[in-house]
Amino acid sequence: MDPLLSGGIGLSEILIVLLKVVVAFAGLMVGVMAMVWFERKLVADMQNRIGPNRAGPFGILQTLADGIKLFFKEDLQPERSDPFVFKLAPYLALVPAFLVFTVIPIAGNFSDGQDGVVTLFGHETLMQVADPQMGILFVLAMSSVAVYGVMLAGWSSGSKYPLLGSVRASAQMVSYEAALGLSVATVLLFAGTLSTNGIVASQAGWRWNIWMTLLVPFVVFVIAATAELNRPPFDLVEAEQELVGGFHTEYSSIRFALFFLAEFMNTVTMSAVIVTLFLGGPSGPIPSGAPGWVQDFLLPLIYFFAKLLVFLFVFVWFRATLPRFRYDQLMDLGWKFLIPLALGWFLILTAIKVARDQGWNPVVAGAVAALAVVVGGLLLRSSIRAAEDKDFDAVDPADLDGAGA
Amino acid sequence: MRVEMFTFLMAGAICLFGALGVVLLRNPVHNALSLVATLFGIAVLFLNQGAYFLAAIQVIVYAGAIVVLFLFVIMLLGVDRAESLERDPLVGQRVTAIVIGVAILGLSLTVLLAAGERATGAGSGVAPLDPGVADVNRLGRVLFTDYVFAFEITALLLTVAVIGAVVLSRKVGGAPIDLDEFPDGTALDQLPVAPDASADVLDDEVDDDVAAAGDGTADGGDDDPAGEDADAVPEPEGSRS
Repeated sequence: MDPLLSGGIGLSEILIVLLKVVVAFAGLMVGVMAMVWFERKLVADMQNRIGPNRAGPFGILQTLADGIKLFFKEDLQPERSDPFVFKLAPYLALVPAFLVFTVIPIAGNFSDGQDGVVTLFGHETLMQVADPQMGILFVLAMSSVAVYGVMLAGWSSGSKYPLLGSVRASAQMVSYEAALGLSVATVLLFAGTLSTNGIVASQAGWRWNIWMTLLVPFVVFVIAATAELNRPPFDLVEAEQELVGGFHTEYSSIRFALFFLAEFMNTVTMSAVIVTLFLGGPSGPIPSGAPGWVQDFLLPLIYFFAKLLVFLFVFVWFRATLPRFRYDQLMDLGWKFLIPLALGWFLILTAIKVARDQGWNPVVAGAVAALAVVVGGLLLRSSIRAAEDKDFDAVDPADLDGAGA
Repeated sequence: MRVEMFTFLMAGAICLFGALGVVLLRNPVHNALSLVATLFGIAVLFLNQGAYFLAAIQVIVYAGAIVVLFLFVIMLLGVDRAESLERDPLVGQRVTAIVIGVAILGLSLTVLLAAGERATGAGSGVAPLDPGVADVNRLGRVLFTDYVFAFEITALLLTVAVIGAVVLSRKVGGAPIDLDEFPDGTALDQLPVAPDASADVLDDEVDDDVAAAGDGTADGGDDDPAGEDADAVPEPEGSRS
C-alpha cells in the first residue's frame, strides 16, 4: 500500500497522484516514441541498412513525423464493418497498455530497508502511480483485456484476413497467458506478496528472482511475453505473407496509429514487468554516503532504465534474427512444452521452499520433487504418443480411397 | 464515504446497462461485449468492498478468458448475425423464463426487505477481519484449511469436465481432417479426398465463408459449416465437387 494514501487524503495528496499520472503518461509516450525509433534503427543496423535518418539528428524525430502524417490521413471505414466496435477496438488495445505501467516501480531506494519509500514534496510515497494489493495480478488482468482490442478489430472489420489474424491472436494470447501466469507464480513463491513494490523489495540485496528461481521461469516468462506481445518470432497475428496486415489490415489513419502505439507500448511495459519480476526493478548498488536525491531517484532510475534497455534490445534482436513460427509449432510450444515446464518447475521450487520451512534437507526434497515431476512428464508424454498412435491405427487405409467419393 | 458511494453508483450503472445490453441487443458480439461491461462493473464493486484479489480474478477469469471464448465461438461458428426471435428453440422456454425471472425477483426483494442489513452484508463490512493481512493470504489460508475438501472437490469437478471435453472432441476412427496429423512422407493421393479435389487441398477456393463469419450485419452468411473452421483449411472437399 502506498504510504501516501494510508492517512487522510487532502488536496496535496491528490495533486501528487495527479502529478505522478501525468509524468507516467508523458514518460511512457516519449518512451514509446524512442522505442519505435530504436527498433527501426537497430533492425536497420542488423540488416546492414541505414534506417530513418532524415527527421532530426539520426532520424530521431521520425516517429513524430509519422505520427503527424497519420493524424492527417483520411480515416477509412469499410462498408461491411461494425461501426461501433470498429471505433472501439483501438482504444481497447491502447488503454490496457497504459494501465499496466501504473503498477511498475521505476525508482526508490530498496537497499536501505525502506522498501522504496521516497519523500516527494514532504510526503512519503512510492515511485509508482499505484501499488494495489493485487499488483502483479493487475498486470495479468490487463494483458488478458488487451486480447479484446485485437480480437474485435479483426472481427469488426468485416473482412476475412483481419478475422483470421484476430482468431489467431486471441488463441495465441489466451494460450500463452497460462505459461505467463505459472512463471509469475514461481516469483510469488519467493516474494510472498502480490504487490509489485513488495516483489521488488523482496529482491533487495542482489537476491534477484532471475537466479533465485534458477533461471527457468525467467526464460519461460520471456518466451511467453514475446508471444503475448505478438512480436516476432510469434507474430502470426500480422504475418504479412499470409494475412496481408493481419488484424489491422482495414485500419487507417489515427486508428492504425493507435494500434501501432499500443503494440510498442506493450513492448515497453512488458519489458518493465520482466525487470520488476526478475531483475529487482530499480534496485542496485547504492553508496550510502550519496545525497538523498541520488540515492532515491538518480541511481535507481539509471538502473531501471539500463535493465529496461537490455530487454528492449532483446525484443528487437529477436525480431531481426528469428524466423516466424508456424501456427501449430506455436501452439505445441505453448501447451506441450512451456506450460508443463513452468508447472513442473513451480512444483519443484515449492517442494524446496516447504523443506526449508519445515527444516528438512532442501536438496533431497528438491530431488524427490524433480523425480516425481520427471516421471509425471514422461507418463504424460507416453500417453500423448499412445493417443497419437491410436488415431493413426484407427484410420484404415482401405477407407481412405473411398472417403472422398 | 462519498467516494465509495460515487464508485458504487458508477459501477452499479455499468452493471445494469451492461446487463440490459446482454438481453436487449440483437447482435451476439454486442451481447458478449455488454457482458464484459457488466463483469467489469462487478470487479469495481469488489474493489469498493476491499476485495482486491476477487476483483483481479473476476477480470482475469471472466472478462479475460470466458467471454473471450464466447467471442471465439461466435466468430468461428458465424452465428454473429441477428437471430430470429419468432420461434423458441425450446418449447415453452419463454414462459418458463418469465416465471423463473419473476420468482427470483420476488424472492430477492422479499429477502432484502425482510432481512435488511443482514442480507446486504452491511453488518460484516463495518469491521474487516484483519486489516494488516492482504486478502489473498486470508483467502488462501481459509481455502486450504477449513474448506480444503470443497476446494479439492471443485478441482476434481473441473478435471472431469476437461477430460469429458477432450473425450467428446476426439474423433477416434474417423478420417483425420488435418494435414498435420499425417506423418511425414504421406503421399498426397493417400489423403481422404477425391483425386480432383486433392490438387487444391491447400488452396481453399470456397473461402468466402470466412468473410461471411466476419460479417456483423444482418444479411446472413454462408450456411456451410465445413468451411467456417478457419483452422481446418484442408477439409475434405470431395462431397462438394
